[in-house]
Amino acid sequence: MKKQHLVSRLELVKLTKQYPGCLANDNISITLMPGEIHALLGENGAGKSTLVKSIYGVVSPDAGAIIWDGKEVDIKSPSIARDLGIGMVFQHFSLFETLTISENIELCLSKTQLHQIGDLATRITELSEEYGLNVNPTRYVHSLSIGERQRVEIMRCLVQSVKLLILDEPTSVLTPQEVAGLFEVLRTLSEEGCSILFISHKLHEVTEICHKATILRGGKVVDTCVPNEETPASIAKMMVGDLAEQDAGYVKREGQERIFEVDNLSLPSKQPFGTALKNIQFDLKAGEILGIAGVAGNGQDELMAVISGEDERNVKNQLSLNGAPIGHLHAGERRKRGMAYVPEERLGRGAVPDMSLSENTLLTHSDGFIKKGLVDWQSIKDYTASIIKKYKIKCHGEFSEAKSLSGGNLQKFIMGREIGQNPSVLICAHPTWGVDVGAALAIHQALLELRDQGAAILLISEDIDELFLLADRMAAVCDGYLSPVVKTDSTNIDQIGQWMAGTFIDTINQSTQGAGA
Amino acid sequence: MIRIQARTEPSSLMKVLSPVLAIVLTLIFGSILFTAIGKSPSQALHVLLIAPLADSYNIGEMFVKMAPLLLCAVGLSLCYRANMWNIGAEGQLLAGALGGSAMALYFIDSDSVFALPITLLAGMVSGMLWSAIPTFLKLHFNSNLILTTIMFNYIALYLLIWAVHGPLRDPDGYGFPESAMFSDATMLPTLFESSRTHLGIVFAVLAGVVGWFILSKTHLGFQIRVFGADEPAARYAGFSGKKLSWFVMLFAGALAGLAGIGETSGPIGQLVPNVSPGYGYSAIIVAYLGRLHPIGAILAAAFMAVLYMGGDLAQIEMGIPVAVVSMFQGVLLFFLLACDFFINNRLSFTNQATN
Amino acid sequence: MDSDLIIQILFAAIKTGTPLLFIALGEVICEKSGVLNLGQEGMMLMGAVVGFLAAYTTGNAGLGVIAAMLMGSIMSLIFAFLVLHLGANQVATGLALTIFGTGLSAFIGSGVVGQTLQGFQPIAIPLLSDIPYLGRILFQHDILVYTSFVMTFVLMFVVNKTRIGLTLKAVGENPHAANAIGIKVLRVRYLAVMFGGVMAGISGAYMSLVYTPMWVENMTAGRGWIALALVVFASWRVGRIMLGAYLFGLASIMHLVLQGLGWSISPNLLAMLPYVATVVVMVIISADKFKEKLLSPRSLGKPFDPRQMA
Repeated sequence: MKKQHLVSRLELVKLTKQYPGCLANDNISITLMPGEIHALLGENGAGKSTLVKSIYGVVSPDAGAIIWDGKEVDIKSPSIARDLGIGMVFQHFSLFETLTISENIELCLSKTQLHQIGDLATRITELSEEYGLNVNPTRYVHSLSIGERQRVEIMRCLVQSVKLLILDEPTSVLTPQEVAGLFEVLRTLSEEGCSILFISHKLHEVTEICHKATILRGGKVVDTCVPNEETPASIAKMMVGDLAEQDAGYVKREGQERIFEVDNLSLPSKQPFGTALKNIQFDLKAGEILGIAGVAGNGQDELMAVISGEDERNVKNQLSLNGAPIGHLHAGERRKRGMAYVPEERLGRGAVPDMSLSENTLLTHSDGFIKKGLVDWQSIKDYTASIIKKYKIKCHGEFSEAKSLSGGNLQKFIMGREIGQNPSVLICAHPTWGVDVGAALAIHQALLELRDQGAAILLISEDIDELFLLADRMAAVCDGYLSPVVKTDSTNIDQIGQWMAGTFIDTINQSTQGAGA
Repeated sequence: MIRIQARTEPSSLMKVLSPVLAIVLTLIFGSILFTAIGKSPSQALHVLLIAPLADSYNIGEMFVKMAPLLLCAVGLSLCYRANMWNIGAEGQLLAGALGGSAMALYFIDSDSVFALPITLLAGMVSGMLWSAIPTFLKLHFNSNLILTTIMFNYIALYLLIWAVHGPLRDPDGYGFPESAMFSDATMLPTLFESSRTHLGIVFAVLAGVVGWFILSKTHLGFQIRVFGADEPAARYAGFSGKKLSWFVMLFAGALAGLAGIGETSGPIGQLVPNVSPGYGYSAIIVAYLGRLHPIGAILAAAFMAVLYMGGDLAQIEMGIPVAVVSMFQGVLLFFLLACDFFINNRLSFTNQATN
Repeated sequence: MDSDLIIQILFAAIKTGTPLLFIALGEVICEKSGVLNLGQEGMMLMGAVVGFLAAYTTGNAGLGVIAAMLMGSIMSLIFAFLVLHLGANQVATGLALTIFGTGLSAFIGSGVVGQTLQGFQPIAIPLLSDIPYLGRILFQHDILVYTSFVMTFVLMFVVNKTRIGLTLKAVGENPHAANAIGIKVLRVRYLAVMFGGVMAGISGAYMSLVYTPMWVENMTAGRGWIALALVVFASWRVGRIMLGAYLFGLASIMHLVLQGLGWSISPNLLAMLPYVATVVVMVIISADKFKEKLLSPRSLGKPFDPRQMA
């Protein structure tokens, strides 16, 4: 960071944004100097996304001022933000899959900018070499991996000579090795005087790369710090407050007899731009948690759909439960035999948004509540009330609509509903994604309790830390392949990270070819 | 200053109030329209809405029109609840009229007590067949249900016209494109003296009650609602979308088929080219106006039947083209959709000026 | 069949396909922006009746077309407001538009049913119309047919080669992303829906001013619906819409062909042909689910509320 600049690049003065029923930003003031990498920290719902969207002109704040290079500005739209030199990489990328990289970048440029650049493809290639981004302008976005897509987003900002780059949770979709590459690029940009606003909740990353940090909680700035003078633990305390309990280390278990097995499963994708599953092979034992790591979009969704039966293609002998094939049974039948699922999408899959919690109980839990085809609503209401009580779910009652619950409370409800069916196998995807620390702790404990009762749990997660915390055995997926399965105690983040990047695939291909020959 | 704000919880009051509001707005729109074309709005509205209920004969006629509207609308309510966009009630009704009438003509010299039930059954089966083909094409060939059901409406219409010009034409009918009059054994009994009100209205109300029972009391109905509200959730829960699709489509086809044979075996008494003045299309509006709730459909069908009656009377008494009815139906649905906006949103009045 | 008859049939197929071409070109632009407007039939009928009334009262067919375009855009604005501003269900709103248009057109046209007028006359294009065979099939039409040729090529260029086309595709694929990078999603969709309305208006005017120069209730006979199927048939590609429109045109005049072959089939059964053909074509085209998902605009029919970006 060069110290000679005296004028701040960006100053936020008392920004406030009110949504119905929620004060997302409450008098937030932050200053960023040129070349500064500034972390914006906070739990989900702390107001980070709203704040950066205000800076980028996607959201208009109700009160407060934005001062850019010493002058107050009114950023009404993203195009104004871009004209000022503000670039943003969204958490859910704003790319168009059916267009090429070059077309995607062109859409973000004004006519004058395009004119100044001249040949866009050449410029992209130049910048790509300069920053080591490896972006080929003629490729279609749907053919790119997540990491490549992120580099396209960054390229989109670089093309228009960016002075402030905003990154919304950029590392959550990357393998550890890709994160290192990203940090290289960010450091280069910082040295050139570009300011960077870096949203994250991964504390070790923040201490590694950021010069300053602002911590938000409940829409307010609660603290600021210099990250390399702090420890991840001390920053965590600032984020969640003193009251929250922390996850402690949990005991690892050995599984007992094999309950569930996936045998050499290969399936082409049903969706355009989806991932085909290739030679997937693993088993689940009673009383263990098997964790599967991987960057989103590497076949997790497809695998889950095949196991649950939502993908209706017949894979009879590739799936077995208690030794009997189940791959030909439809989803409802598999549930009856003791399978349960916690899907990634809580609202819209795990629960029907416009239905009450009672109705959402009946969604997957009909045992004993149906008599001769008729629904016994009273018993369902009573049972739902008991779930709400047991898992301390915050809501008005069993009549509340699912969409009125917060993410964490809805997840606890879904978890409670699925566990309440005493499953012998639970498939659980990203259980604590976007959930506050308190709810995450409760969910972790519920999973461990279920394991200790003898259920087999498959835990699919993008959060490596969570997997190391909970899983007894681990593997990783990449491009539809599953890595070898190893005991958590005998592996480390580095190895899993390499597997997430696909280093194991060649060995697998060789061995299957060897077996075939 | 007035601002639009999203509600945190949808308003259940607006859910009920919205159809009423839409009717009122449509009437206001109608008054303006009548004034614009030089007719007295008060007289026109009287003829459209009050006169149809003025005497017992007219009320009877209202029930005659209500029966097919309600039968179709109950089926459509279930379809739309399951997100199956069946626009084919009209075709299913015509198919029911055609198939049922063919059976009625087979029984033309019979006085068997089974003639009527078999005729009605033939109508229902024909309606089911007509909804089954698009359903099959959707489930197995992924074809767009809206478009196939619409196409099947046209196909049914031309098939019926062909039939009354050809195989089903009355040989003693001087070449008119009509079938022979049905025998009494295949006619729906009327309910009252000196009225054309027939058993069809009883079937229709019964269908409404059955539809309500299925939706709110049975596991099947619950599955239909989940499937329509959130298909990924239904798949996640393991509900069979195919089974549910077949059920609602065949249910709707059977009811629309019954509506069709109810017309030819009821007030008309023979097969003619214009069996339906668009009941199958109007039933879409009825289903919406009744909030896709079978009991709501009963009220909405009564209203729509009054409007149909009123349209006829307005043409006779005031020279207003009968097409005004179909236009009002469109306007009514527009207003209903617009009013529904306020289920999830509200206006807030603030004194604070923006800065 | 002799070559004269074949030429006549192909000439008639183009003429019959032209209203389908206009309306389907409008709908494809609308769908590319992610909006499904099922009100085509209603807009087309309104275009037909208003076009006829305007031409009938002024004696000028050109004014009739302009009036029809205006009417089509007004109709589409009702739809756009409900769907884009109030977030109403696109299917239900489109149906309402069709029911409304059917009723209103019959209502305002009731005074002129059965009247006829002098519509557009064929213009043989010098030189081009002298090309053997092709000249008589393609270049002895009326001005609206030539307009439809030009429109198709202009749209092909705009959609595939310009920034406007890029923006349209972006909005249709992912409106949230488009909004995030600063594209005015609602404005793009409004314009696309209005374009659809204008084209439906021309299409209606073609029916009542050229194809059968008179006004009859429901004279479009489901062409607005067939156009929707045509868009699926064409896999949302402008060039293929033209091909599809003429194929459907050919199916609609099949009775000419069959008469040419000396067959006799009931005209009522033959009248079913375009509808049966539509169903058959849709079954064949849509059977490949994977391909259809790949080609259709990703956000088609889904509402977009910019306020939900929080």
